[in-house]
Amino acid sequence: MTRLRSVFWRVIALAILSAGAYATWVRFAHGLGAATRLNDSYPWGLWIGFDILCGVGLAAGGFTITTAVYILHLERLRPIVRPTVLTAFLGYLLVVCALMFDLGRPWNIWRAMVWWNPHSVMFEVAWCVMLYSTVLSLEFSPVLFEWLKWPRAVKAVKAVIVPLVGLGFILSTLHQSSLGSLYLILPTKLHPLWYSPLLPVLFWLSAVAAGLAMVIFESGMSARAFGRALESHLLEGVSKVMVLFLGMFLVARFLDLGARGSLGAAFRFSGPGSLEAGMFWLETALLAAPMALAAFSRVRSHPQALFACSTMVVAGFLVNRLNVSTTGLYASSGYNYFPSWMEIAVTLSVVVVGLFVFRLATRFLPVYHSAAPQAAQEGEPQSAAYAQS
Amino acid sequence: MRALLFDNTKCIGCGSCMMACRESNHLPETDAPDLSDKQFTVLKKTAGKDGEVNYRRLCMHCQDPTCASVCPVGALHKTPSGPVVYNAEICLGCRYCLQACPFSIPRYEWTSLNPRVRKCTFCADRQAQGKINACAEACPTGATMAGERDQLLKEARARLAAGPDKYVQKIYGERDAGGASVLYLSSVPFSQMGLPENLPLEPLPLLTFRVLSKIPTFVGAGSFMLAGLWWLTNRKAEVARVEQRGGGQS
Repeated sequence: MTRLRSVFWRVIALAILSAGAYATWVRFAHGLGAATRLNDSYPWGLWIGFDILCGVGLAAGGFTITTAVYILHLERLRPIVRPTVLTAFLGYLLVVCALMFDLGRPWNIWRAMVWWNPHSVMFEVAWCVMLYSTVLSLEFSPVLFEWLKWPRAVKAVKAVIVPLVGLGFILSTLHQSSLGSLYLILPTKLHPLWYSPLLPVLFWLSAVAAGLAMVIFESGMSARAFGRALESHLLEGVSKVMVLFLGMFLVARFLDLGARGSLGAAFRFSGPGSLEAGMFWLETALLAAPMALAAFSRVRSHPQALFACSTMVVAGFLVNRLNVSTTGLYASSGYNYFPSWMEIAVTLSVVVVGLFVFRLATRFLPVYHSAAPQAAQEGEPQSAAYAQS
Repeated sequence: MRALLFDNTKCIGCGSCMMACRESNHLPETDAPDLSDKQFTVLKKTAGKDGEVNYRRLCMHCQDPTCASVCPVGALHKTPSGPVVYNAEICLGCRYCLQACPFSIPRYEWTSLNPRVRKCTFCADRQAQGKINACAEACPTGATMAGERDQLLKEARARLAAGPDKYVQKIYGERDAGGASVLYLSSVPFSQMGLPENLPLEPLPLLTFRVLSKIPTFVGAGSFMLAGLWWLTNRKAEVARVEQRGGGQS
């Protein structure tokens, strides 16, 4: 049965990667126009909306968990640090890879380091992502150094880890919010259900919630895939903070819609604007329902129920980002964009590559258990539970 | 600062401006009904009170251009004499300029493997030689006029005063989104020509710069807060450890 299932997933993965390879060829041999459904009135699609906006947001667990452990001294969360930092690091690498597909002249990307335009949000995002990827690689490097048996290198990173994590928090807060600020300059183009001067704050709050949801989601997935999960009391703690941030996001969202007088747009259920209203409620329901459910300790302590909640939060987050980047621009562009199969194939291939590398890394590198004496001292029982054969 | 004034009551729709633009920019013949990567200005028609009204669309050459503000490498910039120009050499192809332009002007070479952003250059090359814009030079009726911006504004105000019934009493581009180097006079509502009438008067780049300018403060305050939190929680953990040991003795 399990064997059959793994063969099934391998066939699916191979199909996706072959489609992605063909799409890659079309993109780089015939241009963006041949591979995508983008046009002059609709210049950003799935590759920005999903690969960049969602990819960066879902990797937000990296900065929240490291901050909790290294700055706030929440030692019991330490076992989550490595898998989360690995996810975040892989996430950012994949975001940069995906960006190469979307940029019209990817070979010019280095120029953002030389030609500065500090008035551009995109410039700020580029610098933050570049610097934060470096921070993440350093945060992850002890895993590699332990595997290579380079204790001195491990020690060197440990010596600077606290300021490094602090820098990661600052950089992440800046670019997670700035992905929302990208849309501040579209007051007449972005639909009033999503355009808001609060976009940077809303993006930050929802990224923190989604990043934490990903920690729970991944633990559930790895439980299924390799029978290894984080301890439920840890996930319970994470989910409490997730509920808090979802609550702040939803309160800010509705207060803002009310204050701008845009709430009426959410109740247009027929005619023009009904698609936007529907997508708004889908997004809201997918974020509000798990918040309400996970507010109960009975749900939080039930691993499967909590897994379901985290899946909903991740889905709600994806719908929110795709609404801002695609649905919210339908009306002003007069173009109901839907990605081409090649755009979808490239995006799915990026996800498949990410899963594959994550699996490889957890198999060969000491990700789920730390050989560091410090963690052993904490006496975390789960380090034994994660130790693999 | 140079500018163009377009008055749709004088336009006869002859297409001389489009032809002159094509020649001056070495663009191929095209029958595209709108602006494209091979067409920097376009003539269109809309219904007016007394029959059809002809109008042109082209880059507005904003005073504080949104496209230039959003470009991460500054490949677009406003020159002091008016034109908003583009440097393909350093462009990354992120297309934020297409996304952000409130007039939806920039076009992209979607099928090229070395794609450029394409739009009206305000004949910056001709200007450097002391010539006026090709479209204005070719216009037989004076519907498109080239000149100094303040003089064209004066002229436009005089026309508005002389024709209170003829014109919508507004010079489009004078103040919209911070103002532009292309000014419009019209006998029909500006929105009929695809010009957005819901733009704020302040330049759009202010919307993002207001946030970006807070970054230094945030970095300072944030670092201070993080250091404080680190110290507090560290102290708390130390106290707890000491108490635990002390608790064993008592």
